[in-house]
Amino acid sequence: MIPAQFDYVAPVTLDEALSLLAEHQDEAKILAGGHSLIPAMKLRFAQPALLVDIGRLKDLAYIREEGGQVRVGAMTTHYQLESSARLREICPLLPECAAAIGDVQVRNKGTIGGSLAHSDPAADWPAAILALDAEMIVVSAVGERAIPASDFFVDMLTTALAPNEILREIRVPLPPPRTGHAYAKLPHPASGFAVVGVAASVTRGADGTCESASVGVTGVSVKAYRARGVELALKGGALGQQEIAGAATHAADGVDLNEDLAASADYRRHLAEVYARRAIERAASRVS
Amino acid sequence: MKHFVHINVNGADRSHEVEPRLLLVHYLRDVLGLTGTHVGCETSLCGACTVLVDGQAVKSCTMFAVQADGAHVKTIEGFAADGQLHPVQEGFWERHGLQCGYCTPGMIVAASQLLERNPAPSREEIRHGLEGNLCRCTGYQHIVEAVEYAARKV
Ligand SMILES: Cc1cc2nc3c(=O)[nH]c(=O)nc-3n(C[C@H](O)[C@H](O)[C@H](O)COP(=O)(O)OP(=O)(O)OC[C@H]3O[C@@H](n4cnc5c(N)ncnc54)[C@H](O)[C@@H]3O)c2cc1C
Ligand code: FES
Ligand code: FES
Repeated sequence: MIPAQFDYVAPVTLDEALSLLAEHQDEAKILAGGHSLIPAMKLRFAQPALLVDIGRLKDLAYIREEGGQVRVGAMTTHYQLESSARLREICPLLPECAAAIGDVQVRNKGTIGGSLAHSDPAADWPAAILALDAEMIVVSAVGERAIPASDFFVDMLTTALAPNEILREIRVPLPPPRTGHAYAKLPHPASGFAVVGVAASVTRGADGTCESASVGVTGVSVKAYRARGVELALKGGALGQQEIAGAATHAADGVDLNEDLAASADYRRHLAEVYARRAIERAASRVS
Repeated sequence: MKHFVHINVNGADRSHEVEPRLLLVHYLRDVLGLTGTHVGCETSLCGACTVLVDGQAVKSCTMFAVQADGAHVKTIEGFAADGQLHPVQEGFWERHGLQCGYCTPGMIVAASQLLERNPAPSREEIRHGLEGNLCRCTGYQHIVEAVEYAARKV
């Protein structure tokens, strides 16, 4: 389990990292926490000629509140997000999702930016980031652009990032009042990844009905997606057990279902419904 | 292209020229001869290779030595001081937290991180904190007791 040979650079500024990417294009790969890339390199699924280690860009690891948003630097580790007391108050879906990832060692090294850029079909972050309607701030040597979460995940292990771009920051709008969050996940018994994971954000109106809901689903299809059918069914209605159960039946509408040893396509559809129901019920119950 | 790395391991400054693809676990075992850090799975799952890098428990089979350039690394060899076992080591001794011992170095390193973050963990929290470490012998019960013992000691 020795990776193929490669060259290694550890830039100390973001600009330096971006010019290395511009120079080497497809030959180069960003190394963040390494907890997806290094396993893939050891299996020689990935054989980049050059690794650009952004692990020394410590100023890309932060959690800030600014402009009505929570702004999270791409190099922020799962553990930093999991252990943030402030996030538990203002955006509890982020720490809840972080805590569901892998194990302690994985959370110490793995980063939110690396997970999103990797876009594993069974990764946890994409579900939360979709449910929170976040925005990805992406930079290259020529400039910066913002990509909404719903346009970011393109296909299996494929995002809207170009090879010369670095995901710099994730911007999450601060949840409006009377909003509850939850993440419900069935972990794969061996790998810990999501067989199915559903993140829900539910906002109640003053009368307690559902003003709006957003639901992100991972593990079910080649890429994480917003369950628009569920959201539509919830909007404007009561948030009783029956209504939630009814809405959750749409959790896998219109997607191609993954199938593997852990779960057949039919079973995944069933799991998507069950975990959507659980996530929404829990989110709704957390609205104070 | 080889790279020079300067890594402080268990309090001693070490420097070597290494290939970028050299994993930290192989640097520790093969270059420094610190074979207390074990390789159980090589696939990032078992935790036998766990060491502290700048105070954080990491699986050293999932990190390159070049990434640790400038860091402080603590392996199982760095736990006992002046012939005195570290409280977690003592817990494993007193509560029979091991059988074959293969998982033990990683368990002790992960448990020390756990107690640092949560000095009085419940049994549930101990199990959760050690979820990245697999043991094929003990059934975990004695490991949990070993960590409880250590928590009372620290
Ligand atoms: C044992 C184990 C269990 C795991 N369990 C889970 C789990 O339960 N749930 C889960 O979601 N994940 C799990 N993971 C994956 C883990 O969360 C990874 O940390 C994460 O997927 C990748 O983040 P990273 O920082 O390690 O990225 P890396 O591995 O360094 O990079 C991943 C990819 O993204 C690119 N990249 C990284 N950062 C950027 C950036 N800022 N801009 C552009 N491109 C970038 C890299 O070039 C590479 O292609 C597990 C991993 C292991 C080893
Ligand atoms: S050898 Fe590193 S996790 Fe198993
Ligand atoms: S004591 Fe044998 S693997 Fe844990």
